[in-house]
Amino acid sequence: MTGSDQNKKEALVRRVGGDVPLLEVRNIVKRFGSNTANDDVSLAIMPGEIHALLGENGAGKSTLVKIIYGSLQPNSGSIYWKGKPVTISSPAEARSVGIGMVFQHFSLFESLTVAENIALALPDCKVTDKLSATIARVSESYGLPLDPSAHIVDLSVGERQRVEIVRCLLQNPELIIMDEPTSVLTPQEADQLFITLNRLASEGCAILYISHRLEEVRVLCHHATVMRRAKVVGETDPAEQTVGALAQMMVGSEIARIAREKGKVGPEKVLLKGLSVPSQEAFGVSLKDINLSVRAGEIVAIAGVAGNGQSELFDALSGEEACPKEDMLILDGEAAGFLTINQRRQLGAAFVPEERLGHGAVPALKLSENVVLTRHGTGEGMAKRGFTRFGRAGKVVEAVTHLFDVRKGVNDPEARSLSGGNLQKFVVGREVHRSPGILVVAQPTWGVDAGAAAVIRQSLIDLARKDRAAIIIISQDLDEIFEIADRIAVISRGHLSAAEDADTLTPEKIGLLMAGGAEKKGAAA
Amino acid sequence: MIRIELVKRSQQSRVMSVLSPVIAVALTVIVAGIVFFLQGHNPLEGIWYFFLEPITSLWGIEQLVTKATPLVIIALGLAVCYQSNNWNIGAEGQLTMGAIVGSILPVMFPDFVNPVVLPLMLIMAMIGGALFALIPAQLKIRFGTNEILTSLMLVYCSNLFLDWMVRGPWRSPQGYNFPITVDFHEWAILDGHDFGGVYLNLSALIALILVIVLAVVMRSTLKGFEIRVLGQSPRAGAFAGFNHRRMTLFAFALSGALAGLAGMMVVMTEIQKLQPVISPGYGFTAIIVAFLGRLNPVGILIAGLVIASSYLGGEAIQTSLQMSSKVATVIQGVLLFFVLACDTLILYKVRIVAGRAGEVARA
Repeated sequence: MTGSDQNKKEALVRRVGGDVPLLEVRNIVKRFGSNTANDDVSLAIMPGEIHALLGENGAGKSTLVKIIYGSLQPNSGSIYWKGKPVTISSPAEARSVGIGMVFQHFSLFESLTVAENIALALPDCKVTDKLSATIARVSESYGLPLDPSAHIVDLSVGERQRVEIVRCLLQNPELIIMDEPTSVLTPQEADQLFITLNRLASEGCAILYISHRLEEVRVLCHHATVMRRAKVVGETDPAEQTVGALAQMMVGSEIARIAREKGKVGPEKVLLKGLSVPSQEAFGVSLKDINLSVRAGEIVAIAGVAGNGQSELFDALSGEEACPKEDMLILDGEAAGFLTINQRRQLGAAFVPEERLGHGAVPALKLSENVVLTRHGTGEGMAKRGFTRFGRAGKVVEAVTHLFDVRKGVNDPEARSLSGGNLQKFVVGREVHRSPGILVVAQPTWGVDAGAAAVIRQSLIDLARKDRAAIIIISQDLDEIFEIADRIAVISRGHLSAAEDADTLTPEKIGLLMAGGAEKKGAAA
Repeated sequence: MIRIELVKRSQQSRVMSVLSPVIAVALTVIVAGIVFFLQGHNPLEGIWYFFLEPITSLWGIEQLVTKATPLVIIALGLAVCYQSNNWNIGAEGQLTMGAIVGSILPVMFPDFVNPVVLPLMLIMAMIGGALFALIPAQLKIRFGTNEILTSLMLVYCSNLFLDWMVRGPWRSPQGYNFPITVDFHEWAILDGHDFGGVYLNLSALIALILVIVLAVVMRSTLKGFEIRVLGQSPRAGAFAGFNHRRMTLFAFALSGALAGLAGMMVVMTEIQKLQPVISPGYGFTAIIVAFLGRLNPVGILIAGLVIASSYLGGEAIQTSLQMSSKVATVIQGVLLFFVLACDTLILYKVRIVAGRAGEVARA
């Protein structure tokens, strides 16, 4: 960490010394119809500076970043690159200037390989042995190992992010924009990323770093700009602030603390008995002899590094992938291994997948239609005699909007028009509103701001305590897990460790289990 | 070097998405005028004979409905198929096979004469078309074959099969060696009925009913919802408990059945027997109709009438201006071009960029 402190000091000296900023935006205004997304926003990034951009979902961070990266044009205001005014009219221009970006929602072609995806962003678009070697070398040296010939479709979310980062690095940018880079990483992976970023900064590359994780912003970033409701509300050196102070700048008020007391557990709702599912894909993970029991009123978290069988386990629980034997999965006392997803829903189970758009919701469909998506087969009258009832679904949208404070422009917008956090509140709220007896939720607060995350986590706790639901959370966010889980199990290469009481586990112990300890533990249990 | 770039619009105009087919038709009329002018005709005269003259008479309207009917019926099925992200290009072949299967009754059992024959023939034609369409569907879900290629290539198989049937086993003994089957008996043909001077038959009514049924199915049934969800996002479809393989089979079977139905009714009304060619490319033109109608049943009804008028226009300029009827094909192509171009301009804006992308920013 001394290296990073050194950088921080240097950056501050540069800042105070009045060096020419690498990138400066002045008085940017961007309107969408009657909605102002950026209102007189100014920001300066120095060379070699790790500059945090903080703000709640909908504060205008994404709009500002899109303007800097050329995918949106401002209504007024100007951009200066190394002191000279520039117009950045497309991402291609941004890249040729020297601005690279790592997106929160990945822009990768799933059917192509890692090397092909990276070649597409390079001038000559050719996959050569040299390129593959470069990818392997760069990814290895920055601690982001990648197989250049692997197909994207077979990679986990965490691995896909590595592709994005490596693709960006190969273009030798002077400024890298990173949108929520650690939201899919384990603590160890995140630490590795911080080393990478500090090294880049010491080489003179500036980084515009968007994150909701204030603790890591405090440790990593040299300077922070805070946005709230389309305006810049403050600038600060994050190291000199507490997490609470930063959060307060962002949301403008104290964040609701999670109210949580231990509840009494009831009857067993979910039982996995020796669940083994061989992998269907070449690079998939096989689930091996997974045992887990979850009782009414408790929250069990499944921690683990991305790509260790989480998505396979989710599919086996939801019924999108059938279990090999009927009694490997018992839901509410019934053997459910062969049931379809809607039959499982009829038993009172509900599911929230990791990908909000394209899995949990259809982007171009309205919210009411997306309610019908998961609730047409639950006997709630969303569909009757083959006819859909979007009117009823609209009432659910209203209720969820109210309960979860989903912010949207019109009454019943298309799912894709919602910001990530608001859509996540909607897809979680859509299932919680049903009062399910069993809830399986993957990455409940992935890329969601602190305010929205608190709402979602509180709703999960309430569902367990008040409505006596059994909840399984598949998450990579240890802070979240310790905040809400009663028991924790760790998944590693398809093995699941025995679930242990959260109070007896430490992050270090979980780290050991993630690093392979779960396999032995799982085998022993 | 000057390049043209397409930049995605952040917001799409709703007004424009309704207006775009109208603009496309207007631009087509202008280009048609230019084509007439280049061929040495008065452009206004050409536009009159091509677009308007055919529908000034009752007989013209009758012809318009007759031509539009199969186009609309086929396009309805294709629209469902395309919305579910299945690309059936072989409606022409399904039309042909449907007509062949339906014709088994009048050709092979000419003594089976009673009122049941007609509905039976229509049902058999639908089954025939559906089964033929299930070939590319099965190939797609079993082997991952590209359904665009297989369904298109099967068109040639079906056309050659029809050719062989009418020259071989089904050739009429009284046909003076012409490649035709026996004439259908009276219970196997559709007669026109007088509607205020316009003779229309059952097929137009069936087309109208199908428009209404499919509009309701797509808008407010679970099946329609399933079609849209699976077409847009198979993964979300699986999460909703829908099966995309079964949807592929359903979409192909439905579009094949409707193509078969249309083919049978064309034979029953216009030709009343089988011959080597029974369709002037209805199955292909219906693809244009489906997209011109924005894959919407009511839109398809309007688009079917517009495209049908271009067939009539082609015949009209042959007789009145002595121009080749191929002009009609050109104008259909121009229309499809403008429809797609207008759609593109709704989704994207065009930018002309001088020099390399980076230089503007660096300057």
